[in-house]
Amino acid sequence: MKHENPARWPYLALAGIGLAAIPLAAVAAKRRRHDIDPDSAPGYTARRSFGEYKVVGRSVTIAKPRAELFAFWRDFRNLPRFMANLERIEPSGGEPGHATWHIKAANGKTYAVDTRIAREVDGELIAWRSTEDSDIDTEGRVTFEDAPGERGTRVSLIIAYKPKGGILGDTVAKLMRRSPELQGRHDLKRFKMLMETGEIATSARTRADHQHQTEEAR
Amino acid sequence: MRALTWQGTQDVRVETLDDPEIVNPRDAIIRVTSTAICGSDLHLYDGVIPAMKPGDVLGHEFMGEVVETGADSTLTKGQRVVVPFTISCGGCFHCRITQYSACENSNPVEKQDMSETLYGHPMAGIFGYSHMTGGYAGGQAEYVRVPFSDVGPIVVPDHLDDEQVLFLSDILPTGWMAAENAEIQPDDTVAVWGCGPVGLFAVQSAILMGAAKVIAIDHYPHRLELARQLGAETINFRTSDVREALMEMSGGIGVDAVIDAVGMEAHGFTIDNILDAAKQKIGIGADRASALKQAILAVRPGGRVSMPGVYGGMTDKFPLGALMEKGLQLRTGQTHVQRYLKDLLGMIEEGAINTSFLISHRLPLEEAATGYRNFKDQQDSWTKVVLKPGG
Repeated sequence: MKHENPARWPYLALAGIGLAAIPLAAVAAKRRRHDIDPDSAPGYTARRSFGEYKVVGRSVTIAKPRAELFAFWRDFRNLPRFMANLERIEPSGGEPGHATWHIKAANGKTYAVDTRIAREVDGELIAWRSTEDSDIDTEGRVTFEDAPGERGTRVSLIIAYKPKGGILGDTVAKLMRRSPELQGRHDLKRFKMLMETGEIATSARTRADHQHQTEEAR
Repeated sequence: MRALTWQGTQDVRVETLDDPEIVNPRDAIIRVTSTAICGSDLHLYDGVIPAMKPGDVLGHEFMGEVVETGADSTLTKGQRVVVPFTISCGGCFHCRITQYSACENSNPVEKQDMSETLYGHPMAGIFGYSHMTGGYAGGQAEYVRVPFSDVGPIVVPDHLDDEQVLFLSDILPTGWMAAENAEIQPDDTVAVWGCGPVGLFAVQSAILMGAAKVIAIDHYPHRLELARQLGAETINFRTSDVREALMEMSGGIGVDAVIDAVGMEAHGFTIDNILDAAKQKIGIGADRASALKQAILAVRPGGRVSMPGVYGGMTDKFPLGALMEKGLQLRTGQTHVQRYLKDLLGMIEEGAINTSFLISHRLPLEEAATGYRNFKDQQDSWTKVVLKPGG
């Protein structure tokens, strides 16, 4: 599958299997390096390079119980409700956790990406990887942990990806507001809105405006 | 519908737009019966707030009748409501601790990036106040789509007329929170910079909270007269040295608390303010903060600085040393309107707060542009403009 417009790839294309778990393992390995002070900062905030991969992450606190949030995310049919680039997800190959993601790119094309859950811990973690024959080399993970006191749940989304078109391509993607970092952050915020308020905020004045803005967000 | 739209710096026009519709389940549609021009609308009018687009509908002080409700709205058709200028979801961390103006869910995600970059955190949604706060169409219109209508709007009783309750939408709670942020104690002397609507409500609130003396500072004689009618002493900064006067009027101690109800377009004659004004004009973005700087120098050591005035960017030559060396407390922020609505409505009903004294002009919505021009150019006599859609 060839993508004509690499700058606009939705990060969700990372759902899949195959590639060795280099990037996220590298994040974990950060702590073990002798030359770096083992601070408490999440690995993805490190001021260091992960080689040809980019690693981005973001957390939100959602005022809902962990189990409820995990269950909603784990039911992949819900994901298109807050992931702007995702049209739909269909089960694939008959195995649990194996699915095809239909992702709309900004060039108007919809790509079908084979995906597999790499690891899952009930109520805590879902990780996924791109497939061996995927054109997109990426993996991601969403974690759920109890927030202090009555604050609900801290939800963290971490994505590692190999920018297509190298650093230049990634810069172009950022300028065009299509970087996985930006899309991931927006999707996570939409998830929070949906869970906390039952809807996703929009300033559209009419339903036609809303339709138009939803298209624009893709 | 007819609505007042921003077209560019000092260019606003009433135009015909599509009527708003219910988009989300918690929405309601309000038919606006009264809406006001806010001093902070003049910042938009003057083009010093970024992220405005031609065609944006202005207005964040409005009230009216519920004409349509979404499936999850708690309002019913026919109710009269006042709508807070900040949009709040009621369910996020900040709403749950009543810091409503820091709502995490009311500004659409695509609109959050700018303020997140500028301020470290995204702003909440605000009606009619640029795309940085959501790009929501405002209330200077015949109809408004009100999101989270189960959290924001307060239903008002029929025996109170529009002009008594309209200012619950912004300036009354803003003046009240400004006084609350000044942590007024009995025996305190409180100085308020700016006798615009927020300053005058801060004066009234400070007196209600038991301040021994409230000193209001401005340069418009009519506005100073309004402050005197509310029970304040006054200083005209054109004719008196403010800092010296405040020191003398507070018996050499200095005032206990100061309230900057002026904000980013302060008038003033000091060199730094003139430089800041020039920079603001050519778009290199320094806020004019001469009122705030003066307030920080005038407040006594250990005193409180309350800052309801609107600022958007950076400022130069801020007296940081005075803030630290004098041990001052600084409190500020967009108003948590929903926190104060019920109590303030009660005080209006009891007659403890006078709201309608402020209104100098009532215009049909069609004449909104005239209202803006005069509110800016004739600040002495045009103290508050109320617009009537359909009028």
